[in-house]
Amino acid sequence: MNLFESVGEPVLGFFEAIGEYTLFTLRTSKLLLRGRIHWRNTLAQMAFIGVDSLPIALLTALSVGMVFTLETANEFIRYGATSVIGGAAALTIVRELGPTLTGVVFAGRVSAAIAAELGTMKVTEQIDALVSLAADPLRFLVLPRVLACVTMLPLLAFLSDAAGIAGGYGIAVYLKGVSPLVYAESVRSLIGPDDVAKGLLKAAIFGLVVAIVGSHKGMNARGGAEGVGAATTSAVVVSLITIFISNYFLSSVLFPGAGAH
Amino acid sequence: MSMQVQLVGVEKRFGPKRVLEGVDIAFAPGKITVVIGPSGCGKSTILRLLLGLQRPDAGRVLVDGQDLAIFKEPDWMAYRERIGMVFQSGALFDSMPIGRNVGFALQEHTKLPREEIDRIAEDKLRLVGLAGQAQLRPSELSGGMQKRVAIARAIARDPGMVLYDEPTTGLDPITSTVIEDLIVSVAKQTGATSIVVTHQLSTIFRTADRIVMLLAGVVLGEGTPDELKASPDPRIRGFLSGTVPDGWA
Ligand SMILES: Nc1ncnc2c1ncn2[C@@H]1O[C@H](COP(=O)(O)OP(=O)(O)OP(=O)(O)O)[C@@H](O)[C@H]1O
Ligand SMILES: [Mg+2]
Repeated sequence: MNLFESVGEPVLGFFEAIGEYTLFTLRTSKLLLRGRIHWRNTLAQMAFIGVDSLPIALLTALSVGMVFTLETANEFIRYGATSVIGGAAALTIVRELGPTLTGVVFAGRVSAAIAAELGTMKVTEQIDALVSLAADPLRFLVLPRVLACVTMLPLLAFLSDAAGIAGGYGIAVYLKGVSPLVYAESVRSLIGPDDVAKGLLKAAIFGLVVAIVGSHKGMNARGGAEGVGAATTSAVVVSLITIFISNYFLSSVLFPGAGAH
Repeated sequence: MSMQVQLVGVEKRFGPKRVLEGVDIAFAPGKITVVIGPSGCGKSTILRLLLGLQRPDAGRVLVDGQDLAIFKEPDWMAYRERIGMVFQSGALFDSMPIGRNVGFALQEHTKLPREEIDRIAEDKLRLVGLAGQAQLRPSELSGGMQKRVAIARAIARDPGMVLYDEPTTGLDPITSTVIEDLIVSVAKQTGATSIVVTHQLSTIFRTADRIVMLLAGVVLGEGTPDELKASPDPRIRGFLSGTVPDGWA
């Protein structure tokens, strides 16, 4: 293997994968644009995915909000910046931690669950059976999961934002003696509705990533139980990496003058 | 409304592996054609070609005189609504009870009310000897029961063609007989063109109006069971009697 091959193959593979995911996403979006939504499955997936991930997403956000404040509050107080304690936590949570951590929770739970379920259906010929019954697997299985993730991840991220800020409030007010009014005013002055909206937009994109990667891995599983296991693991890894990389670019586009309030 | 299905010079390769190398079969409309041949000779592939799950590399698949190659997505959907497929593994949807499995196509493609769909599903389940079990999950059934549900699901909309991939493999002789009788009575009642892929001698002789034998990617022989049993080709006679002829690959 020469240098070009050893560098070229993974690079080609990478672009090939991007091409495949793009095509898969476009085919799914086409159904959406034509209004071919399977509502029953979509609502069932929303309920399942939302309820399934709610407790762990809230717990994660609450804990992070508390720890973040626990570790920053003393410093801020020491430098006489008590009035930024709430805002700093809220800004970090709303822009980054809420969407990203919820995305991580989804990558771990939802992407894996989707890949495992669709992968099992694939290797047991259930996907072929769907086709033989004139049902489009993209419409019946994939689009409902995409819609559920694209709506539920922002919703849970929003609740996580609230849980994180509440966690910070608890620590600041009850442990560090910050006045509730100062904390609230700090939050209010440092974040605006656009911060929340942009954070939730990121969350929606992470939702798309989780659903598309999980579905694509599942639908392309082959080789029995082992294949399903491999599809599941790689769905988690690929969606995590994609979330982290895309988060960097999304944040630099959405929050260009970060900190310049 | 039995469908007329024909393969003309069909070739199919998987990578370097040539599976079908010019297969010509005219399936008799409204009759049961049993497709036999050694494992890996491309029997399931033929069924997958008929369903459009795979496309031929060369040759044509004609259904009621129409070439499947010119089908667009809506044509495929309309066509598949007229056929039923019983997969080798059953392939029941394990996310739903068996009644919902059987009623699936009605639920997805018709505006019939829920009770009507449930009633039709119950009818079809009764036909396969599973009356009153609609609430069971696929995982609660034995292999033979799953195959029977798969048949009920395939015939739920009275299709013009039913494809069976090894419907009796791995079943005890009595369950096999039940399923063989079922295949015959479905064909009689609905007039559907039936294609049965099997290795099992009992299934061949209890169901076949005609037999097509494949070997090494081509049709080795075809005819009624009696014609093939009297075939001059020792490979055909050997396969049908379960003995190994000289020079068998
Ligand atoms: N999707 C695929 N990719 C690669 N090879 C395939 C694929 N489908 C089938 N094959 C190969 O094509 C050949 C024919 O397969 P097919 O399933 O049609 O055989 P079969 O006659 O039904 O065998 P059996 O009686 O064991 O079910 C096999 O050698 C199989 O390995
Ligand atoms: Mg087979």
